[in-house]
Parts: sequence; C-alpha cells; structure tokens
Amino acid sequence: MSRTWETPGGVHPPENKSQSMTQSIGHLPIPGTLVIPLHQHIGSPSKIDVTIGQTVLKGQTLTTATHSNNLPVHASTSGTVISIDDQPVAHPSGLNAPCVTIASDGRDQWIEHVGITDFRRCGPLDLLQIITDAGIAGMGGAGFPSAIKLSPSKDKAIDTLIINATECEPYITADDAAMREKAQDLIQGIEVVCHILNDPKRVVIGIEDNKPQAIKALRPYIQESSIEIVPFPTKYPSGGEKQLIYILTGREVPSGGLPIDLGMVCLNIGTLIAIKRAVIDGEPLISRITTVTGGACGVNRNYEVLIGTPISHLLTHNEFDEKNCSRLIMGGPMMGFSLTSTDVPVVKTTNCILAPGHSEIPADTPAQACIRCGLCAEACPVSLLPQQLFWYAQAKDQERLEAHNLFDCIECGACSYVCPSNIPLVQHYRSSKGEIRKANIDKIDADNARQRFEFRKLRLEQADEQRQAKREARRLVTEQARATSNTSQPGSSAADIIAAAQQRVITKQASPEQQKAKCERALLAAQSRLQEAEKRLIEATTNGSKQQQTICSASVESARQKVDQTQYRLRELTD
Amino acid sequence: MAFKQISSPHGHNPQSTSWIMQLVLLSTLPGFLALSYQFGWGTFINLIIAVVTSLIAESAILALRNRPIAFYLKDYSAAVTAVLLALALPPLVPWWVVVVGSLFSIVVAKQLYGGIGYNPFNPAMVGYVVLLISFPIEMTSWVTPMSLLPEGVTHPGLWESLSIVFAGNTPVDGVTGATPLDLFKHSNGLVVDQIYQNEALFSQASFAGVGWEWVNVGFLIGGLILLKTRIFTWHGPLAMLGTLALMSILFWDGGSSDSPGSPIMHLFSGASMMGAFFILTDPVSSAVSNRGRLIYGALIGLLVYVIRAWGNYPDAMAFAVLLANFAAPFIDNYTLPRTYGHTDRRKATKKQEEE
Repeated sequence: MSRTWETPGGVHPPENKSQSMTQSIGHLPIPGTLVIPLHQHIGSPSKIDVTIGQTVLKGQTLTTATHSNNLPVHASTSGTVISIDDQPVAHPSGLNAPCVTIASDGRDQWIEHVGITDFRRCGPLDLLQIITDAGIAGMGGAGFPSAIKLSPSKDKAIDTLIINATECEPYITADDAAMREKAQDLIQGIEVVCHILNDPKRVVIGIEDNKPQAIKALRPYIQESSIEIVPFPTKYPSGGEKQLIYILTGREVPSGGLPIDLGMVCLNIGTLIAIKRAVIDGEPLISRITTVTGGACGVNRNYEVLIGTPISHLLTHNEFDEKNCSRLIMGGPMMGFSLTSTDVPVVKTTNCILAPGHSEIPADTPAQACIRCGLCAEACPVSLLPQQLFWYAQAKDQERLEAHNLFDCIECGACSYVCPSNIPLVQHYRSSKGEIRKANIDKIDADNARQRFEFRKLRLEQADEQRQAKREARRLVTEQARATSNTSQPGSSAADIIAAAQQRVITKQASPEQQKAKCERALLAAQSRLQEAEKRLIEATTNGSKQQQTICSASVESARQKVDQTQYRLRELTD
Repeated sequence: MAFKQISSPHGHNPQSTSWIMQLVLLSTLPGFLALSYQFGWGTFINLIIAVVTSLIAESAILALRNRPIAFYLKDYSAAVTAVLLALALPPLVPWWVVVVGSLFSIVVAKQLYGGIGYNPFNPAMVGYVVLLISFPIEMTSWVTPMSLLPEGVTHPGLWESLSIVFAGNTPVDGVTGATPLDLFKHSNGLVVDQIYQNEALFSQASFAGVGWEWVNVGFLIGGLILLKTRIFTWHGPLAMLGTLALMSILFWDGGSSDSPGSPIMHLFSGASMMGAFFILTDPVSSAVSNRGRLIYGALIGLLVYVIRAWGNYPDAMAFAVLLANFAAPFIDNYTLPRTYGHTDRRKATKKQEEE
C-alpha cells in the first residue's frame, strides 16, 4: 500500500452520493433538438464547417481546429443543422455563446469510423492527433485540451500519471458509476495514455475511500499491471488536482505552476474513457456520463448523455418538480455554478445536474459580521487566512491581498461552507481576483501609454537638440571665421591681404570678356556719378554754403579719380 | 422558469455565529456555578445587571447607528461580553460598578469601534480595566470562599445580597477576604511554607487555593468543552498556560520569601483558566494564524506572570490581554502560514516589487 499525505484543512459536507447510485447508468431518448456550443474547452475557438440546412451524421465534425490549442466539436446524433447562432450556455457569466443547433432525425446514424486495433504500433504524436480530432478536453471541470497536457515537453519528462478518481464533491457519482460499469474501458484508456507517455514510472489511481465498489471493480483489471490504486480518507477538496498530487506524492505544485513542472500529469476518469473510445473505437467525444440528482428530482441517476442535450430534457425524464427546486446547479454544491434557465445544453464538462429541494439547500441567510473565528483558516486546503483576505477584499487593498496569496485560492468553497456568519467569502475572492486582473491590465495599458508618451517626448527633445547643435555649429564656424579675419597672422601685411583678396577676386572672375564688360559698366556708372557730382558742385557754387562747396568738390574729385581708375583698368584689359 | 443566479458554494454547514456565542455562554456555566457555590449570590446579581445593561446599551447604539437591532442582538455577542465581565467582577460589588463597566465595554470598546468584529481590544477586559483603575477599593474586595467563613457566618442570601449591591448595605464581618494571589503579593517576608501553614486559604486547599481552585477547574471544564467542539484551537490557551507554568517554575525559587508562588497556585488562581479559555480566545482581538496565536498566548502568559510577580496588581489577566491585543496586528504580520506551492512564508506587508 502506497503512502498518502494529508492535506491541511478540508471539510466534510454530507456526501449525498448514495441516492444516485441505486440504479446503473441509464440512457435517455434522443432529444428533438441538440444545442452544441462551439467552444467547450479552454483555448481559442475553432472554425465552423457546416451550414444551416445541412444534414449531419452522428460523430461528424461541426468545427475544425485551426490552432493547436483549440478543439473540434461533433454532431452528437444524426439530423439537420437548423441554426448557427448565439444561445444560452452553461457558463457562470450567464452570457450567450455561439452554438450549432441540430434537429435530430431519430435514426442516430453514425458517420463511418474506424478504431485502431493495436494502438501500440502508433506513434505518440499520431495518437495525440486522434485525441485532438476527437475533441477531448478534461472532463473533470476545467475543460483543458487533453492532447496538450499529454504532449511531450522539451523541458520535462512525465514520469507520473495520476488518475483522478477522487470525485470529492458531494452528490456527484458520474466517475464512480463509470468505474463500476466501464472499468475495462478505463483501463484501456490508461494503457493508451501510458503508451503516449512512453510508460511513465508510476501510474496511480487516487480514489476516496467512500467508493469501495469502484475499487473492487477495478481490482481484477490491474492485477498484472503496474497500475496502483491508492485509496485515501474522504475529505473535500481532495479531488483538486494540486491537493490530489500532494496526497499521492507529498509534493506541491509550485505556486503559479502546473503538474508538468513536477513531471506529472493528472487525468480524470471520464477523459480516459473518452480517450479509449477515440483511439480504439474511433468515436469522437459526443456523450458523457452525467449525474442527475437532488431532492427536486424524483429519479436520481447517472445517464450517458449526448453532448448538447438540453437540461430540460434531462429534468423532464427525472420527474423534476420545479416548485420544490431551490436552485439549479451545474456541477456539485461546492464549486458548481447556478443556471438561470433549463434551456442550456449539457457540455463536455457537465458532470452533474443538481436540483436540490428547498430544505436540502435553503436560500442563503444574510451575512453577519466576521468575528475572525478562524474556522475558515482551519478549513482552507491551501493554508490561506480567509478572514484576512476577506478583510482586505472589503478594503480593496490589492497589495495586501496579493501578499496573502489570494491567487493561490482554488475557490473550493470550504471557507464559505464553514463560515458561521454566512459570509460568501469565495464570491469576495473571485471579485477581488477580477479587480486585480483588471488593475494589472490597466496598469500594462497605462505603462504602454506612458512609454509611448515618454518616447515621443524623448524624440521631440532629440530633434530639438539636433537643431540646437546645428545652430551652435553654424555659430562656431562664423565666429571662427571672424576670429581668423580679425587676428593678423604673423608675417602677413595689409598688402598681402589685399593681394590675397585680389587673387580671390581674380579667381572668382570667370573670363576676360566678362571682366571687360563689367569694367565698361563700371566706367559708365563712374562717369554718370561724375556728371552728377559736377552738377551738384555748380549748384553749390551758385547758391550753397562754403561747406557744401567743399563737400561737393571733394566728391567730384573722388568721382573723377574713380573714372580715371576704371579707364586705366579698362585699357589694361583691352591690351 | 428562471432560476436565481447564486455563487458557489451552495449549502452551508449548520454552525452559525449565534450558535458559537451561545455555546460560549453555555460553557461558562461550570465556572459560574463554581463561583456561585464558593462566593454566594454576588456573581449571579452581577450577571443580571451586566446582561441587562449591555443589551440596552447595544440596542441604543445600534439604533443611533441605524443598524437593525434584532439582527445584531441575535448574534449574542453583547451577552457574551456582559457575561465575561460579570464573571470577572468581584461578587457583591455595588450595582453602579457593574453598570459603568458594562457601558464602557459595549459603548466605547465595542460599538464606537464599529461593533461586532471590529473591536481591536477585548471589550470585557477594557471594561474591567477601567473599573479596576477607577474604583480600586470596590474592585479588590473579594468574598471569602464558603468553607473559610467564620463560625456562624454565612454568605448573604439573595435578598441580603441585593440590598448590599443596590442599597449599599455593608456585608457582615468576615464575608470579604483576601485571594490567594493577594496573599503572595503581600507575603511580608514569609517563606512559602509559612504562608501555606498560616493561611487557611492554602492549608485547607485541595491543591491550589480554597475556592479558587474549583472556580478555575470550572472554567477549565468549560474551556475543554469549547476545545472539543472546535470553537477555537488549542494554540492560544495552551501557549498561555504553558508560559505561565514555565515562568512560575523558573522563578519558583524553592519557596523562599521572594517566591511568587508555585506553578499549580498560578495555574489555578485568579483568572488563569477563565483568561486562557474565555478571554484570550476572543477571535476578534487576537492574532489570526495558529502560529500567531501561539505567540499571542505565550505573550499573555508571560505578561500575566510578570505583572503578578513583580507588578503592582495581584492579578493581571486584563492588562496582559489588552497589551497583547496591541501586539496582535504586529504578530499577524510575521506569522502568515506557508501557502501550498510556496517555499516560504510571506510577510503580510510584503509588496510585489520586493520579491
């Protein structure tokens, strides 16, 4: 017998499992219409393959996977597609989602399909493709695509396969019934997975000790295999993946990590049976075992239900008494979510439909004040301090909430269950988690915006600096030039400078003809200025002052000199 | 039909806050009976005055605060505070002492801080300390245990007790006397053996001190009932009693004239058991985690002994609890449990950036 470890906390709510185990797994008549949600797994949605009015066969794909993290869905029975639109689905948000509605033709005619007789001759990748094509997602609740879980990882080899047969939620018996009646399928499913994982060192079925008949049913099949069955004391929530791993191995999945980080993979009973059917029978995932139970149902029983069957169909076949129903729950009483309508369909993760009577699960009483009694901390399976989290959730102190490890809360509901003041603690944590996630997204957005702004500012500053630098460079050049012209270089005289200037002038002058023309123009201008000056001198001598006469005669003299100079230069040029 | 959208979990265990409070009240019964048997009607009268005053005060403040009165009275928390205060007060104390204490407990220590769940200090102990400081004479005269009453003197009957409490009549000589802790506080240089021989309180005792030992046994029984019904965990009480015992062993001093008394005397005298199981287990004002409660309990045990042995008061439960209430948030900061998947404990004030 393998050793088991005990998780802290936990609660013992009334099990209420016996009432649905009085009969074997039943089958219901095919419903008139089936509503098949296109998105029943965690991951991106897939592409629709069918059109309205198209006839489909049982097992025919309705969507194709377009990415490794999405899964196809299949027609659960043969019939006609009558609509492709948004319908109410089972989701805590209560929002509608895209669905394909099929009117069944009652013939329940299968599409052609073949299984693999000897899966051991197939490579793991081929088998994983079959599992993906069959649309298999974890059927325990989260709906994570199974093939992704089983895909080989480059960092970590999987050496432990854990089969989660815990089913710790009260009322639910779907896995218990499956183990009792489909033990062989389950073992074959385990064998397929072991082959995919290249025979892990340890294969262990973790099961609560309240299912002795299931254990008995499995025993004959594991006699000669290395599969272990490890029963452990019944306590909610032992079936949480992380809790089960601790119970069976004494190891903890690191906070924020996955079982694969420990080289482990955890699969649910329903998932393994679906894998067997996909690989060995070639049947996609189109039905599952669902418990229909609760005081408002006259019959409490497990059914093999087609995916897409409306809940109302299940309820009407179970003598459902609407007046006596306090609430309608998909899943168990601890973690299941309430449905607002009976029109929603059964999906791949629907393990239970619970319709409790008014006395069974009465309406919630108003919450009293928290007296910090600590019963919640005693019940918490992950050793949080729920009373402190509640305090900080009310104060919206996100820093403290994160310091108190809010995100390690698995929302099992044990704290709310024991709270003597009836405080809906889990609801507070969910809402706080949402707020923090939103704040983090906002923070990223704000950071991006700030970065953009800062980059723009930097860019503008740089442009400005460049302009400044250019201006500065120009200024320096001019100053330097000024400096060179001002300071007389040693050994140079005014005559040299003039000669240099004349040299520059000469080099600037393009041709002798041009120089001559220029000179002629200059002579004309000088002559006209001389005439002007002589005219002014005559005026000044007749009626001007002495001073004016002097100025005018001086300008006449300079103009005459200019004319002489130009005439002289012109002669030089013409010679 | 449309069903209600309700958040999980659906269903709830039957335990309620009112039931917890009622259970606490019921568990004080052995202690109350022992007190009444040993010291007469006084405790019963205290209880009635305290409960009536507290419920009136609670209702009045709730009305002022616009809170639903019946809803809050039904949580029985005011009654618990009143009962604990009444059991801590000396029997036959004047009625107005009880009234002042109850009013202070409920109005100031509880409601002004926001009512149930929000009081940083234990309301009953706040009331007790206010009385002890304000009316030291009334608060330190205890009734003599029944078996030690002088020849021909009995505890006053119900009517006589009422006249003492309400009309201020003085009880017959010999009805009031010292407590075991008083004797050790005023040992006048006697060694422990001499005290034990001279004082009937000890010489006629079964194991700790006449009367008081049975009162403490009563509260111990009540406490064990609460422990068994898992109203609180063992951490706080055990740490407190363990520390008290450890300190009294360490400073037992072989029974010299300086000895503050034996471990058995300390564990079964004064408010030791009542404090350990009914006062420091008040969840609102104590530390929250189990490890925190160990430290919190040990701190109270230490303070009780230090004040009893070297302080000015013969008993110290109220002071010790209030001082530890101050320290509780600080203790909480360093005693967060290690969460699944984490390698170490975190500090409550730790910020994301620091990691």
